[in-house]
Amino acid sequence: MTQARDTAQDLHTRYLSIMLGPSHPAMHGTIKMDVAVDGETLVEIDVDPGYLHRGFEKECEDHKWNQCVTYTDRLNYVSAIINNVAYAMAVEKLLGIDKQIPERALWLRMILSEVSRISDHLTCLAAMCMETGGFTAFLYFIKAREYFYEILENVTGARVTYSWTRIGGVRWDAPEGFETQLREAIKNTRKVLKDIHGLFDKNRIFLERTVKVGVITQENAIAYGITGPFLRSTGFNYDVRKAHPYLFYQDMDFEVPLGVNGDNYDRYYVRMLEMEQSMRIIEQAIPRMPKGPVMLNDPHLALPEKEKVYNTIEGVINHFKLIFEDITVPAGEVYNFVESPNGELGFYIISKGGNKPWKMRVHPPCFPIMQALPEILKGLMIADIIPTFGSVNMIGGEMDR
Amino acid sequence: MSREVLEKLKARFPDAVMETHSMFGNDTAMLKRESLLEAMRFLKDELKFEMMVDLCGVDHLPEIPRFEVVYHLKSMSRGYRVRIKVRLPEDDPVLDSVVPVWKGANWYERECFEFYGIKFRGHPDLRPLLLYPEFQGYPLRKDYPHKQRQPRLPLLKPERR
Repeated sequence: MTQARDTAQDLHTRYLSIMLGPSHPAMHGTIKMDVAVDGETLVEIDVDPGYLHRGFEKECEDHKWNQCVTYTDRLNYVSAIINNVAYAMAVEKLLGIDKQIPERALWLRMILSEVSRISDHLTCLAAMCMETGGFTAFLYFIKAREYFYEILENVTGARVTYSWTRIGGVRWDAPEGFETQLREAIKNTRKVLKDIHGLFDKNRIFLERTVKVGVITQENAIAYGITGPFLRSTGFNYDVRKAHPYLFYQDMDFEVPLGVNGDNYDRYYVRMLEMEQSMRIIEQAIPRMPKGPVMLNDPHLALPEKEKVYNTIEGVINHFKLIFEDITVPAGEVYNFVESPNGELGFYIISKGGNKPWKMRVHPPCFPIMQALPEILKGLMIADIIPTFGSVNMIGGEMDR
Repeated sequence: MSREVLEKLKARFPDAVMETHSMFGNDTAMLKRESLLEAMRFLKDELKFEMMVDLCGVDHLPEIPRFEVVYHLKSMSRGYRVRIKVRLPEDDPVLDSVVPVWKGANWYERECFEFYGIKFRGHPDLRPLLLYPEFQGYPLRKDYPHKQRQPRLPLLKPERR
């Protein structure tokens, strides 16, 4: 470092400013970084997000409660179920029905949340490993993700934007063979993860690009408000599922993997271990899931069965009222948070009565991480941006809303 | 759980805390804006709220005062959570920045500024974050029309909007 500075003085070089992004192979997701470099060393970094801003909050204020479910899909589109669940839980709290949701719906929500978490981690690590030169790993990871996408497709009917939860339950029950398919997927994924561990854990190229690169201290991470694997890689034990349990996480036996150094390698490793823990949760949850309805039986919340709609006048009226007027939520405010793959995902909702939210605020977990990025990257090389940015798992839809 | 936090806050700043409630287990205190920074320092240093989880603005249009800034704080060492709210009048939406207390507040305040036009006194770099620099108006205010469009380039068929 000192040597580089001396050379710069002799040669009277100037800082060179480069724009990385918004459309750049290393910047997956649309984001721009204005960097000033001294040779190859990063001197100044200004992160410029916002290319994917769609006005989520404004749109939600203009839409009815159940219509907003589809917008929440598009926040973190790699693990959309978790957004759906977090939103539904928030509105159910406002309605005061959070204790009455059918048990099977809650178990399904938990299982599919974990499925989403695994597929999110798989996607993140796939991109990160590919960008550090391991294209094989990308194919392996995506192969494993496909097992889970198939499950999600079977349950929800969609591959990316599921819109599967409803306020008061979930839209579809799991199809037949759901449990066997889950067990099969877990078995196959364990094989894939074993291969990846073998490929990457002691791979010299990977180690040199990730170990002690992109380090963040625990104090700094907390001061920035970072949560999730990013915070846990520094060794701080905070997982919403343990600290403020929701659904049935308090009954599950799982561990929270922690890192030591807070560098890229630890983040890779924490995510790898978290997938194993998620699979453990799913395995424990499958036999305990009861049979029964998946939607609250309340004509003010749930759409009637199609048979009733076509054959009875009450069914038609009920359907019409729910579609045109939607549900009514009493006035109040709530902040509901869950553990999303990137950290704490919070929905702060204000209702003033009526069928539309007054204010819908999302606390996106990768927002504080992107904010800390300039400090993490300062003094590193340009090439270090790539694995560090990869380990952030920045999701444009969630970051820019 | 964190009811005692509210009690301590009330005991320390009897004039600043305007009201408190604990709806759905979210303990909330409404503060006067003059004493916000001092109260936030107290919360961080003495009640150990090391993390500012979230900051957002709210527009309660017909109500007076119109704007509100909402902070969600979390104590990592003690597991508490608390919500702090401040009301701001329409004609003078200015508030002390909490960046000196939590550096993570920086981007949240920039976001709040661009969407609601709330100015944060003492912020190191108050410029728009998500919107483009030429954007006119404050889009999350309730009087900003939902259908209003501001294309950066003139549209080929303006009638299509």
